[in-house]
Amino acid sequence: MLSEQKIIEVHGLTKKFGKLTAVDHLELNVYRGDVFGFLGPNGAGKSTTIRMLLSLVKPTSGSIQIFGKPLSRERARILRRIGAIVEKSDFYLYLSAYKNLEILARISGIAHPEKRIREILELVRLTDRAHSKVKTFSHGMKQRLGIAQALLHDPELIILDEPSTGLDPRGVKEVRDLIFRLSKEEGKTIFISSHILKEIEQVANRLLIINKGAAQVEGTVEELLNSEQLSVTFEVDSLKKALKTLEHSQWISLLESARNNRLEFKLAKKSIPELTDKLVREQVKISAIIPRRSLEDYFLKITQGDL
Amino acid sequence: MLTLIRMELLKIFKKWRTYIGFLAIAILIPIIQIATYFEGSGYLNMALQGLKQQFFFVGNLLNGYFLGNMLLNSLFVHIPFLIVLVAGDLLAGEATAGTYRIILTRPVSRFQLINAKFIAGILYTVSLLLWMALLSLGLSLVIFGSGELVVIRQKIIILAANDVLWRFALAYLYAILSMSTVMALAFLFSSLVENSIGPIIGALAVIIIFMIISVLPIHSLEAVKPFLFTNHLDKWMEFFGDPVDYPQIFKSAFVLLLHIGGFYVITLKIFTGKDILS
Repeated sequence: MLSEQKIIEVHGLTKKFGKLTAVDHLELNVYRGDVFGFLGPNGAGKSTTIRMLLSLVKPTSGSIQIFGKPLSRERARILRRIGAIVEKSDFYLYLSAYKNLEILARISGIAHPEKRIREILELVRLTDRAHSKVKTFSHGMKQRLGIAQALLHDPELIILDEPSTGLDPRGVKEVRDLIFRLSKEEGKTIFISSHILKEIEQVANRLLIINKGAAQVEGTVEELLNSEQLSVTFEVDSLKKALKTLEHSQWISLLESARNNRLEFKLAKKSIPELTDKLVREQVKISAIIPRRSLEDYFLKITQGDL
Repeated sequence: MLTLIRMELLKIFKKWRTYIGFLAIAILIPIIQIATYFEGSGYLNMALQGLKQQFFFVGNLLNGYFLGNMLLNSLFVHIPFLIVLVAGDLLAGEATAGTYRIILTRPVSRFQLINAKFIAGILYTVSLLLWMALLSLGLSLVIFGSGELVVIRQKIIILAANDVLWRFALAYLYAILSMSTVMALAFLFSSLVENSIGPIIGALAVIIIFMIISVLPIHSLEAVKPFLFTNHLDKWMEFFGDPVDYPQIFKSAFVLLLHIGGFYVITLKIFTGKDILS
């Protein structure tokens, strides 16, 4: 949290489509200056939440306040200060990139948008294709144009729904650098969703994991990712021998699973050498030690559908 | 609001499908004019055959006014096809393209967007009919000159040359109202679905069904018929009567206005309550 001022405040947000509950009593706070990572597997309810934040979808219940104002009553004023990409970037394919941006700029209330459009096209490296019809653009170019339209009216809050989808490694890095720049140099608040932990980990200072419509974990990236508690897998030559060695020791209580010559422990980083030493002394051959941070492990389980 | 309407017009007139209607009219009307230029006197002689035995006709009866009236009469039934082609795409086109996501995340209310699109749809209708007027009446006057207008309906009415132009002006004004009803219907269907084909087929199906109901000699349907908008679409013809049946025109115009208002309100209700999932 970089500031005490709440930019997004969500309470009990719920969305039901018939019998399906897409978002279930979600609580969410984003503070000024945050790069807030909104993480979850596909179908977790991220896009529905983002659509509700942008008033594209009406909540079944719950409240949304943005910039301290209720979205349901002050929609236009709030949206004037938000730039967004919602899922993939779609445009009027029969119009040029410039014309698309001109329409959006004028709707956003920019009376003379020419200079701003040129600047923003330069920022996303599309100046030389400004007057080409969008139907001739690759997916990556459309995604870059999507970023351009989100930044066009110089918003305070930027909501990016999977902004790196379809981008090549250079494009992904450029998006990452842009987020850093917008956050650090221009003080923007950024809400970014993704289903890839690595992507969020690199840019966000706070994150929330959502699964099956409900919030699972929330906190600062530092707290959540640098937790001392690790999930460590020891790959051994004989499971039987290893279990016999650990029998009646304190290690057995930390054992999570034992199968296929693999012992999985929940333990602190500093305990790894001690446990290794014990196994080696009892002639258990260790072929690999694989540590995994608990959040990473947890997220992996979510994305694999184990939770 | 003006900006929004301008942007909607830009979107309409940057799509090639918009020009299908203009092109169709630009091809059809000159073909009819050329055919009439060479064979029109035969048609007129046939129509006036009975009268020519009793009366002596002088002057240019095969003139621009006659062509303008004939063209409006024969093409009017096809104009709805050209209107729904664009009107059916006004809302559904945004859903198909996924562009609601970039438009409705701007400080524009759904009410404003619906209004802008509706007005843009009306302006397209107006422009298409003005184009038709320009070619069918304007070009015909240039080619065939002016003269008395012979109107052949249940009876033959001959209107003096200086008594015609205002009738055309009002007839086209009424035609705009008629076609705006068709536009509003296609617009309503456009708010229901996420592709443009559905509204086009839906609107045309309603028009065809209503037209069939209008001519069916079933007693129980008689009470409904006066309220079917399709029964009022061609009342522009009344302006070429002598005397002009104003009560009938006002009644029909009122029915059409009610339909336009009704279609608009339903569209607004649907669109403002809709979740944008496309």
